[in-house]
Amino acid sequence: MNPAYGPNPWQQTSWDARAACNFVFGGVGAGLIVFAVLFGAGGLALKGLVLAGLALVGLGLFCVWTEIGRPLRALHVFINPRSSWMTREALSATLLFPAGLAAAAAVPGFAWVAAGLALAFVYCQGRMLQAAKGIPAWREPLVVPLIVVTAVAEGGGVFFVAAPLGGGGTPPLDALLGAMLLLRVLLWFAYRRRLAGTVAPPARVALDAAGRLLQLAGTLAPLVLIALVASGAASGAAAAALMAIAGLAAALGGAYVKYALVTRAGFNQGFMLARLPVRGSR
Amino acid sequence: MTRWAMVADLRRCVGCQTCTAACRHANATPPGVQWRRVLDMEFGEYPDVHRAFVPVGCQHCDDPPCMDVCPTTATKKRSDGIVTIDYDLCIGCAYCAVACPYQARYKTQKALFAYGEPIASEAKRHDDARLAVATKCTFCVDRVDAGIEKGLQPGVDPEATPACVNSCLANALTFGDRDDPHSNVFRLLAENQHFRMHEELGTGPGFYYVWDKAAG
Repeated sequence: MNPAYGPNPWQQTSWDARAACNFVFGGVGAGLIVFAVLFGAGGLALKGLVLAGLALVGLGLFCVWTEIGRPLRALHVFINPRSSWMTREALSATLLFPAGLAAAAAVPGFAWVAAGLALAFVYCQGRMLQAAKGIPAWREPLVVPLIVVTAVAEGGGVFFVAAPLGGGGTPPLDALLGAMLLLRVLLWFAYRRRLAGTVAPPARVALDAAGRLLQLAGTLAPLVLIALVASGAASGAAAAALMAIAGLAAALGGAYVKYALVTRAGFNQGFMLARLPVRGSR
Repeated sequence: MTRWAMVADLRRCVGCQTCTAACRHANATPPGVQWRRVLDMEFGEYPDVHRAFVPVGCQHCDDPPCMDVCPTTATKKRSDGIVTIDYDLCIGCAYCAVACPYQARYKTQKALFAYGEPIASEAKRHDDARLAVATKCTFCVDRVDAGIEKGLQPGVDPEATPACVNSCLANALTFGDRDDPHSNVFRLLAENQHFRMHEELGTGPGFYYVWDKAAG
């Protein structure tokens, strides 16, 4: 392999916290819809959770809308479904809103349609990052399942934050949240291992800091709380409160990973020369 | 089929930045926006130190990632390989900027002038259409097209050649048809060893770096 020469990579500045918020809020909103539908929330609970999920997705899209240079042309975002994952994300969001509203209005079958579209939305978000070839930490293919699983895990976390309002979760759901957290952290380890040697040192530092938060606050702490509840050490309102804390920690840990991925680990690869010029050789 | 390409002879470039200035003059780019940049790179440690001057900018890729990700189709690739931006379609989402492995794209949110208030030439050439949208090197596509219409040959006739190439005092930059066996670019590539930046990404840059004469 040829030696590579070049100046140091630097953090991209094209996408700032507003773009990151699209991944954070969009992910948690879509995940909340998926979690609420897949695990049988019904009646007022489903309505509230789906509406909250839509509001979060909308908030994320609003954040990114404030970042684009020509906001009055925003509808142009729909022009290129043939190859742009940003267009596909916008289309899936456009379909998600009416489907979600129909689900909230208890129109039969639409809850599942909304859940499917929410999954499609976060899948598009993952593919959006992967298609950004200029950023090594984003173009790694494992970023796609990581974004999807992170979204569902965060949605699950928020589901448990809201659960006391709707009558609380159930033991199978506790276990499911735990399983999602484990899957998320395993994917994180795999993703991080794949990046070894391909990302700039400052990006590694940012990712590792976010990873530590994910492992401790976003995974270990919620799992301990879930285990406490599952063991019967707490019950009733105390159990619901512990699960709400677990859910909040799970959601915040994942959200920070995505925020850091966009705003702190988005280093390009700089410029490299495969060869140095051999002067005097003409 | 014509495929316009640029060659930078790293053995010749002296890092004078004349191409950068010529580009800024020809394209009226605002302060801080350099569609043609020349990097000054140092390698190694004393006493084994090397230095290279490396012109960079849009590489006009065969498979431009900026075009695939663009949600508006503002970024297009012409049949002759030149990658263009339609400023009227672009929404300034900067997705192309993070997709470009060559950091070739700029977005200027508001009008900037060298001395605060625009001087006469800046006022005359300022274009609101280029604000808050993506911009980049165009291979001076207007000059190329206008020159061809007049029967001139890009890369040979200055009037049909990108400004950076015309201005290069060391003859380090060459523009021409990569697929024409009689072109200057074709000959340079045939007679010398060369590489393209970040070739492993599969973008197929239309910008070549010559580093040594052909082996053997």
